[in-house]
Amino acid sequence: METPEVEKCRTGSSGQPDEIDSILEKYRGRKDALIPALYDIQKVMNYLPESAAVKVAEALEVPVSKVYGVATFYTLFSVKPRGKHIIRVCESAPCHVLGAMNVVKELERELGIKVGETTKDGRFTLELTSCLGTCGVAPAIMIDDVVYGNLTADKIPHILSEYR
Amino acid sequence: MVSLTIDGQRVAVPEGTTILDAAKKIGIDIPTLCYHPDLEARAVCRVCVVEIEGQKLLQPSCAYPVSEGMVVHTNTPKARQARRMAVELMLARHPQGCLECIRNQSCELQALAERLQIREIRFERKLRDLPKDESTPAIVRDPDKCILCRRCVAMCHDVQAAGVLYPTNRGVDTVVTPAYQRAVSDVSCALCGQCIHACPTGAISERDDTEAVWQALADPNKHVVVQTAPAIRVSIGEEMGLPVGTIVTGKLVSALRRLGFDRVMDTDFTADLTIIEEGNELLHRIKNGGVLPMITSCSPGWIKFGEHFYPDLLEHISTCKSPQQMFGALVKTYYAQKMGIDPKDIFSVSLMPCTAKKYEADRPEMRSSGYKDVDVVLTSRELGRMFREAGIRFEDLPEDEHDDPMGISTGAAAIFGATGGVMEAALRTVYEVATGKELGALDFVSVRGLDGIKEATVDLDGMQVRVAVAHGLANAKKILELLREGKAPYHFIEIMCCPGGCVGGGGQPIPTRMDTRAKRGEALYLADRSLPYRKSHENPAIKEIYRDFLGEPLGERSHHLLHTHYTKRGKYPWLSS
Ligand code: SF4
Ligand code: SF4
Ligand code: SF4
Ligand code: FES
Repeated sequence: METPEVEKCRTGSSGQPDEIDSILEKYRGRKDALIPALYDIQKVMNYLPESAAVKVAEALEVPVSKVYGVATFYTLFSVKPRGKHIIRVCESAPCHVLGAMNVVKELERELGIKVGETTKDGRFTLELTSCLGTCGVAPAIMIDDVVYGNLTADKIPHILSEYR
Repeated sequence: MVSLTIDGQRVAVPEGTTILDAAKKIGIDIPTLCYHPDLEARAVCRVCVVEIEGQKLLQPSCAYPVSEGMVVHTNTPKARQARRMAVELMLARHPQGCLECIRNQSCELQALAERLQIREIRFERKLRDLPKDESTPAIVRDPDKCILCRRCVAMCHDVQAAGVLYPTNRGVDTVVTPAYQRAVSDVSCALCGQCIHACPTGAISERDDTEAVWQALADPNKHVVVQTAPAIRVSIGEEMGLPVGTIVTGKLVSALRRLGFDRVMDTDFTADLTIIEEGNELLHRIKNGGVLPMITSCSPGWIKFGEHFYPDLLEHISTCKSPQQMFGALVKTYYAQKMGIDPKDIFSVSLMPCTAKKYEADRPEMRSSGYKDVDVVLTSRELGRMFREAGIRFEDLPEDEHDDPMGISTGAAAIFGATGGVMEAALRTVYEVATGKELGALDFVSVRGLDGIKEATVDLDGMQVRVAVAHGLANAKKILELLREGKAPYHFIEIMCCPGGCVGGGGQPIPTRMDTRAKRGEALYLADRSLPYRKSHENPAIKEIYRDFLGEPLGERSHHLLHTHYTKRGKYPWLSS
């Protein structure tokens, strides 16, 4: 699979090796600590490249296949590089009913990417997420830590402009 | 004991027994799919669900322990409905390719659909269209046929300690793959093929090389030679409808002649040769302060595992090639000379219980004759396919004998196919070579059987030689970890990649489970007792080859043809490539 993250993992350009190593120090030999370890690493790297997964596997003494399995199971984690801003569209039933799909379409159009992808300039990643807990203002999206509710497609360009 | 009622019958079973096993005891066979008797239950498929009185939800009987007074119904409309639904949902995402599938008639999903009489699928059909992985010469993964039962995952992690396969993504997107969706050829896979035995469907299989053999057999310019591995003679009968553990050595030979092989010789001959070379290597290491413990080298799945996970311990592994590769190197040199045949016209086929042997034969260093020493490796399953296609019926076959000059073998070679067999064979020879005395009792029973790790101490005229035997890579790992820590107090260790040894190899007939492995192993010990020679160094054909061709054990020619070296591959081979 020749994706950019593999390239980066080969060249090591996305890694801050020392930082990863020091994060992993406290998890050494702790097979049960896979999720917290991945969480801490993703916080500094923004995603989980293969090179980091290998380090986690070595430190926690688990197979790297399991690290990848867990990293792809939880929507919290990403194994692909992500943009500076993460846009999460709620895909739960209330949002869906009230037009979340139109919002998704508009976001895809505005950003020129599909769900799960990152814009070329590395600014935005578009993801779906389970309920944001803001059903009262459905349909809703969350950009980084900020929730935007009662959305319609025509509000999207304005919201995005704040992050451009 | 706990007593309960299943379908109106009372049964008492030990605490901790599952409902599934309790039902079996009274003759009720609850359908299952993700359950495997040798693996930890994951209970993900819901095919085995039953109704328990007093409980709203159906429960998976494969993982649900019995309790006192429990009342279970296995065939209520609710349970049957749920079971059918689970299977129909699976089938809606499954290619309807049974007729062209390698597991046609040995597939558990197919059998289950038949058993439940699934005649229509009430859900929209949606195939996944995932790419096949044909990156290795040994195993093929076809994720479209995967039903996500996770049996291969349990096998690969818990039994084989390789940890290659794991479920990734979630929900409908779940797929069982190596890390970061890498090809199997990229990762630290032993190519043992045990995941094939775990898999209920055609999602993992051996690479089928039968066509190349059919072509060679039809080519008048090729002299096609075949070698038969020790473990094949007690397993190929199953492919031909005979009971597990039937010894079919003679019928196998005549069947191969009928298929058109020009010369039918025996890997058991080079198993004897391995014992001579390896036994002398061990004594040499002991006498000259060489690296100890020495570890056996005839299991290519173990070798590949060792190269990935224990690159620091490769010096411990005997430099002897496996019997398959010794045979390959000799057939295009010794045999070719003896027969006056140009080695380029020889096509060398080996019949193996093993998928890793396909990889071994393809290694670049396995060309000591100047040609590819073994042209094609066929597993038991592939050979069964050829026999059946050719219409050969084992019941009606006469018993033939292997051809000279590499056809005579001993009981010591026969037991190579069972865990502990190589160790026992080696001890029979090493004892006599080292002490110059005749061995009284030939049976080293302490290294036999299916315990994961076996140990023994042998007295060689005052010198205590300590040995250990491990089969299945998770057991091997335990010994190798000790060795790494400097705490393995042995001189000699036998490691077989597959549980039970080669009788349980990844290329053996389906099903191969712990009980099948045991029966085939017992058959090999029976074969051992019935042979005129039971010690490798007494084999007259072995004496002849040293006299006429090899010179002496560990000599110049042996070094060139019969020994090899290993490659440090590491756990993450793709990082360095
Ligand atoms: S895996 Fe089984 S059910 Fe699927 S196509 Fe093959 S034989 Fe048929
Ligand atoms: S061949 Fe063996 S090591 Fe490789 S994936 Fe299958 S079980 Fe694991
Ligand atoms: S590959 Fe086979 S054993 Fe593994 S999860 Fe899929 S169906 Fe089950
Ligand atoms: S066989 Fe019990 S849940 Fe699959």
